[in-house]
Amino acid sequence: MPEFVLTVARFGFLILLWIFVFTVVGVIRRDLFAGGRSKSIVASPRGVGGTVLPGRPAKVKRGKAARQMVVTAGQLAGTRITLGEVPITIGRAEDSTLVITDDFASARHARLVPREGQWFVEDLGSTNGTYLDRGKVSGPTPVPLGVPIRIGRTSLELRP
Amino acid sequence: MSRIPGLKTRRNAELGLLAFAMVIVAVFGATVEANKYESLQSSFWVPAALLSILFLGLHIVVRIVAPYADPVLLPTVALINGIGVAFLRRIDIADAINDKLPPPGIFSGTGGRQLAWTLISLILAAGLLLVVRDHKNISKYAYTLGLTGIVLMMIPAVLPASLSEVNGAKLWIKIGGFSIQPGEFAKIMLVTFFAYYLVRKREVLSLASKRFLGVDFPRGRDLGPVITVWLFSLLVLVFEKDLGTALLYFGLFVVTLYVATERSSWLIIGLLLFFGGVYVAYLLGASVGGPFANFYDRADVWLNPFDDDQYNRVGGSFQLVQGLLGLGTGGLFGTGPGAGSPLFVPEVRNDFIFAGLGEEIGLFGLSALLVCYLLIVVRGMRAAIGVRDSFGKLVAGGLSFTLGLQVFVILGGITGLIPLTGQTTPFLSSGGSSLMANWLLVAMLMRISNAARGPATSGGGIGGVERPAGPKKAPTQLHGAMTEVIKP
Repeated sequence: MPEFVLTVARFGFLILLWIFVFTVVGVIRRDLFAGGRSKSIVASPRGVGGTVLPGRPAKVKRGKAARQMVVTAGQLAGTRITLGEVPITIGRAEDSTLVITDDFASARHARLVPREGQWFVEDLGSTNGTYLDRGKVSGPTPVPLGVPIRIGRTSLELRP
Repeated sequence: MSRIPGLKTRRNAELGLLAFAMVIVAVFGATVEANKYESLQSSFWVPAALLSILFLGLHIVVRIVAPYADPVLLPTVALINGIGVAFLRRIDIADAINDKLPPPGIFSGTGGRQLAWTLISLILAAGLLLVVRDHKNISKYAYTLGLTGIVLMMIPAVLPASLSEVNGAKLWIKIGGFSIQPGEFAKIMLVTFFAYYLVRKREVLSLASKRFLGVDFPRGRDLGPVITVWLFSLLVLVFEKDLGTALLYFGLFVVTLYVATERSSWLIIGLLLFFGGVYVAYLLGASVGGPFANFYDRADVWLNPFDDDQYNRVGGSFQLVQGLLGLGTGGLFGTGPGAGSPLFVPEVRNDFIFAGLGEEIGLFGLSALLVCYLLIVVRGMRAAIGVRDSFGKLVAGGLSFTLGLQVFVILGGITGLIPLTGQTTPFLSSGGSSLMANWLLVAMLMRISNAARGPATSGGGIGGVERPAGPKKAPTQLHGAMTEVIKP
């Protein structure tokens, strides 16, 4: 083998190795931004998120559909759940979708149910209650985007 | 699991990266043969092609049973594993040339054996992904796993040296020509057990505390578990004569404790305890000898590697110095794959594979491999952040930290940062136990990242059946059910 080919192979291998590393980093980078479809990661102010105010459910449907649920406070802060078609259960029980380790939470605390593109929060008879913004949830209540749901020390909200 | 539109599985990115990794492995193999034989053998592409088929198999399993798993884990691990196989084959070729033999076959020598071990490891990893569909199910077997882990870890210590000792460290079980390193499997089991234990006890361990010098320290009576594990790892240090293993077990416990409680004081206590214990062992080794003598020897090799007596002594610093010289010869860009002389280092297939590789691919190439390890650890930690239950968080965090710590321990040993110990380089060194255990670890991380990145699966209250009101007892109350402490 001529010396030239060996030198090309030697440096070519190293360059390929680093191109691989940067490709992997590129995949991770695209992955980061694929999760946050909303341009702003910053939480919208309470009660005015997504141009929808609580108490005006008629307008809710026209707003952007909720795509993910984000935990904004509590031990699981930062966790994102991508919403699908299935209900989401929240509680201390291990088989809940969101398992919160919180002494103020019940084993089966609350659940979020999708109905015709709108998510409803429902309290499952918890001891300490579920709060949507500041009001206590008694029956199935529509959840607008960006409005915090409070369970014990945990807060969650829906994001587009 | 039904696919949700708009939620990307990123499996095609994984496939593309995997193909890229295999091209790199093939280029490595080709360069080796070009350097060694003046021309390419007709079969230079076969090892890379076989590896591609194996990884493709695992990729297909992942597509079916864990479609949302992290797309980066499999290709980066495959790259490291592939380069390991190619480098071991490169050493076989060097051996064959020394003995004036024809080029070794694809399935012969350490390279061929490593290929077979890769096949078995991938089958195990696929099996784990197929059997464990939800990582939370593992918590049911936490005590069994913990007990098995401790037993596996202790077996080499109680076996006679003839059945368990390799190069002064008692880490093995040798039966006939076959040997396994049970500690590699024990670490995964222990992480699972620690995670389960700490999820139950985290409130007690993180809340009751005394404030001293601006750091919250736990109460004396809560120190029990950490002291127990500390004593345990010192016993490992003394009876298995291996600092690296002791550091690995203790480190993974302290870090899981830190992750569970968010208390930096545990790290301080852990580091002080460990270094205190090691220093005492060193002093005892210098004065008393006996079971501590081996550790004293290793530390002495580390402190004075270039000493003439030390270099010429049997079991002295010869290997360490040859490794360092190899790394030095490689310099920034290395001599090129196949152009170095790794056979100067006796254990270049196992502990010193990084030194042999470093001679040929240089600092530039080694740092790329290290970044790959770093990316694996980072993606494991990302899975830990994303997953939605505390047990999964602790398992993923603990496992990825263990992997990182193991790379640190062996690399620190080779480069003379810490005393050299008999750890394997994950995915790279020859040896079945290490490869199998680390692939199981990666399969576990992929399972957890699948749960973290996938769409929400509905738990308890589905199917239109209303749960009765009032706090209901869950069948398995794992999360914090034991504690009554309330945060101020």
